[in-house]
Amino acid sequence: MNLEPVIGLEVHVELKTDSKMFSPSPAHFGAEPNTNTNVIDWGHPGVLPVVNKTAIEYGMRAALALNCKIANHTKFDRKNYFYPDNPKAYQISQFDQPIGYDGWIEIEVNGETKKIRIERVHLEEDAGKNTHGEDGASYVDLNRQGTPLIEIVSEADMRSPEEAHAYLETIKQLIQFTKVSDVKMQEGSMRCDANISLRPYGQEEFGTKAEIKNLNSFSYVKKGLEFEINRQEKALIAGGALQQETRRYDEATGGTLLMRTKEGSSDYRYFPEPDIPNLIISDEWINDVRTSLPEMPKERQERYVKEYSLPEYDAVVLTATVEMSDFFQETVAHDADPKQASNWLMGEVSAYLNSEQVDLHDTNLTPKALADMINLIADGTISSKIAKKVFRELITNGSDDVKALVEEKGWVQLSDPSKLLPIITETLDKNEQSIEDYKNGKDRAMGFLVGQVMKQTRGQANPGMVNKLLKEELDKR
Amino acid sequence: MAINEETVKEVAKLAKLEIEEEDIHAFTKEMDSIIEMVEQLEGLDTEGVEGTYHGLSSHNVWREDKAEKGTDKELLFKNVKTRKNGFIEVPAMFDNGGSEA
Amino acid sequence: MNFLDYTLEELHDKLIKKEVTAVELAEASFKRIEETDSEVGAFLALNKEKALEAAKEADEKGIDENNVLSGLPVGIKDNILTKGLTTTAASKILEDFIPVYDATATEKLEQAGMITIGKLNMDEFAMGGSTENSAFKKTRNPWNLNKVPGGSSGGSAAAVAAGQVPVSLGSDTGGSVREPAAFTGLVGIKPTYGRVSRYGLIAFGSSLDQIGPFTRTVKDNALVLNAISGHDPKDSTSYNGETPDFTEGINKGVKGLRIGVPREYFNEDAKEQGVIESVREAIKLYEKMGAEIVEVSLPHSRFGIPAYYIIASSEASSNLQRFDGIRYGYRAENVESLEDIYVKSRSEGFGLEVKRRIMLGTFSLSSGFYDAHFKKAAQARTLIRKDFDTVFADVDVLVAPTTTTTAYDIGEKINDPLAMYMSDILTVPVNLAGVPSISIPCGFSNDMPVGLQIIGNHFEEQMIYRVAQAFEKETEFSSQKPSFKGGK
Ligand SMILES: [Mg+2]
Ligand SMILES: [Zn+2]
Repeated sequence: MNLEPVIGLEVHVELKTDSKMFSPSPAHFGAEPNTNTNVIDWGHPGVLPVVNKTAIEYGMRAALALNCKIANHTKFDRKNYFYPDNPKAYQISQFDQPIGYDGWIEIEVNGETKKIRIERVHLEEDAGKNTHGEDGASYVDLNRQGTPLIEIVSEADMRSPEEAHAYLETIKQLIQFTKVSDVKMQEGSMRCDANISLRPYGQEEFGTKAEIKNLNSFSYVKKGLEFEINRQEKALIAGGALQQETRRYDEATGGTLLMRTKEGSSDYRYFPEPDIPNLIISDEWINDVRTSLPEMPKERQERYVKEYSLPEYDAVVLTATVEMSDFFQETVAHDADPKQASNWLMGEVSAYLNSEQVDLHDTNLTPKALADMINLIADGTISSKIAKKVFRELITNGSDDVKALVEEKGWVQLSDPSKLLPIITETLDKNEQSIEDYKNGKDRAMGFLVGQVMKQTRGQANPGMVNKLLKEELDKR
Repeated sequence: MAINEETVKEVAKLAKLEIEEEDIHAFTKEMDSIIEMVEQLEGLDTEGVEGTYHGLSSHNVWREDKAEKGTDKELLFKNVKTRKNGFIEVPAMFDNGGSEA
Repeated sequence: MNFLDYTLEELHDKLIKKEVTAVELAEASFKRIEETDSEVGAFLALNKEKALEAAKEADEKGIDENNVLSGLPVGIKDNILTKGLTTTAASKILEDFIPVYDATATEKLEQAGMITIGKLNMDEFAMGGSTENSAFKKTRNPWNLNKVPGGSSGGSAAAVAAGQVPVSLGSDTGGSVREPAAFTGLVGIKPTYGRVSRYGLIAFGSSLDQIGPFTRTVKDNALVLNAISGHDPKDSTSYNGETPDFTEGINKGVKGLRIGVPREYFNEDAKEQGVIESVREAIKLYEKMGAEIVEVSLPHSRFGIPAYYIIASSEASSNLQRFDGIRYGYRAENVESLEDIYVKSRSEGFGLEVKRRIMLGTFSLSSGFYDAHFKKAAQARTLIRKDFDTVFADVDVLVAPTTTTTAYDIGEKINDPLAMYMSDILTVPVNLAGVPSISIPCGFSNDMPVGLQIIGNHFEEQMIYRVAQAFEKETEFSSQKPSFKGGK
């Protein structure tokens, strides 16, 4: 049997608002448990939800970035289920009128571009967090309860774990450029569930699917799907029928474990949230959000090639993350040569980030400092050799005034002929033999003399200038 | 019968209620008569009628995104039966999973 | 000091003239409760210490001349949150629940200077029409202690009727203010949906619930509604328009007004003819006072009960899921698993009627039944709403009986849920439509008070009060007192 995997993904993305989706408590990370919560988050008797307008707008932004249509009429619904991290025992979500629908994105796998359709993007509130203890108890922290989320549901358009991976990377990249979320899987601001089934090639209808939860990193998504393809394939080849089930990725084994079958699944009893009036989104508002949407990666890439004459390769690498792309643009805005800025970011900067396992914003490098450094190289104030030292200093300790820094550290290149000439004259006077060798066409003599001058200036002399002046002086002798 | 004991048990499960085995027969009968009563609606022609789901017809009610300090944690925990290290303590979940956001 | 002898304005006057102090009024309230509540059973919790403290403060600060409510005692239905004062909704599941915030209505009354005396009994989670569904006690009708006070706000009604407090707050999801007002000879209003904030009202049917006051006179009622109304940013369904002074134009009379009489609300072969007769008399009086009486039709009225029970129960089934024994409220003993905490706490914590409604609601929302139940009921609601829109294009108010009978005997309907549901037939359409409606006393039948229901268009409470006031001025019903300790 030749089986084709059919994969659809549900991605949850936390929106970076100041307050929560339906309550004014802070939607910030890292607080002591149950401190960024109020009576609304706790589902106390009598409390009522009030919609956060910015969350609606962020949802629209994200949906538009994923090429969705925006619903003119939308509303919230209640999804009913009991769980300790779900205090009201219903989640306020959107059921039959999601804010965004009929979208698509393009992914690239093995150099080929493929369109993946997006069924819907809806708004909802996040649940709290359960920590499972060893002692037969679980611990509930409601700080996350009520954080605004969008859920992005793809069509079942992916055919391999690689495509699923590329889809996630692209979603992450696009959302990042809209600046509505940090989209970090390791921090939980982006989470993924996968639906996967197998079918014989050529068959149109879908096979029996499994839903995999707890895919907390890009690599788990790939591993989980690979495991699942294997498991389902074996079962089908052995002639067994699969049952629709929900499974959980197990980090320890890299496999998936059964959580529940369809029969055990709940009936969420969705119904329109009576506490929240419907939303009417005007075309005018949609257009405002559309025009305020930041430039997306594709547009930036085109602009980099056209405006800055960068190679397409550079443009693609620089726009992999919005942070890098923004940094690049700001560096150029500080009058750095675009190609030089690109070289530094793709080279030294990326290497540093990789080796230290940090993000740009974790370092002390600023676009202005990088631009200033590039310009100091260009005007000969520092040598490209010294520049590596300067860069190290800028990325680890930072500086508001690079010029002052290099002067203070004594890294300025000596280029002034009036300062270099006495040293050159002195060096030539001391090395008669070398002058003779030079005249006799021995190339090594020139190198020796340059080295002597460099030594005299403790490496600060501009080698180009030294060369030029030495030649002139030698010719005079 | 509009509803049988099996259905009553299923609905009770969804609602996290337990109907004692000895009461299930009487309870089902009672639920049946109530459901029969509400099913009088079958006689109403609602073809093409939009549903009303809110008490007041309004739209676009929201607040600006500005965080306010949370409720004092000690106040919130006043009504909690079991707590530990600032968390609400509950028996471990059977599936060890998280919520289905 | 007997609250049955004075209107709020008269009490206010006495406070201003220093003939009485706020402390004395609060003490009088507690004394009356002490004397009568073992028989009436209106209160679930008393706020004695804090009330006397607040009254003392009010006296020291001086009574605000421009604020008729300042320094006056008030009782609050036990499903309206009072910070620091137990609030149970008359359910075992909230037995020891101490709210950590005040309902907006509570807060507004306190801002107006009212003194919260205590919390009033009710049907558990406001589900019922007799206050017999309370987990804690039965409340009796001061007009006849063998009869129910109505419900679900039975404690709120009985407390005012027994002269324990001059004012109380109730809540009305399907008639829970108007029915007990009718049964106890009081004035009780269900304001337009959105008029009074629901923040801090323990939700039953979220799209139907409204808080409303019980008083002995129409003007008193308007004065209290003035204090609790208004837009609340914490309640997205609260009305964002302006709040008029509900006493304005209250004495304009009914001359030239068109009063609609909905045919469907007068079942001429009803069990209790005395109710219909009293209401017919009232209509005649309105005609005499110069109103034009118009017979109108609300053709979808008979679908009110089924639509109401589906919608209210469905919303309730979801609203009451938060009572899970985890963060507050009752938790069953000796439970091992999470599932046990949920199931045992809820099964032991909720009473039978609440369980019935949760079951009906859960069923009506469940897959396979949603369209035939919940969706269908929502569509029926639209038709019922349109009925009202149509008649209000033609008339200023509607008048009808509030209930089909006067107060019945305790125990009479408690084992017949369907009969209990049917008794809401004249009140639930108003909640489904969201319009305001008042019940005022209009006569007696079998020695028990009869309620006249006056229904207005959305946000036309002023018109309702005006029509009610005209009747009250011409009759003696509101000054009649139950033949009960201290009564006539
Ligand atoms: Mg989902
Ligand atoms: Zn979700």
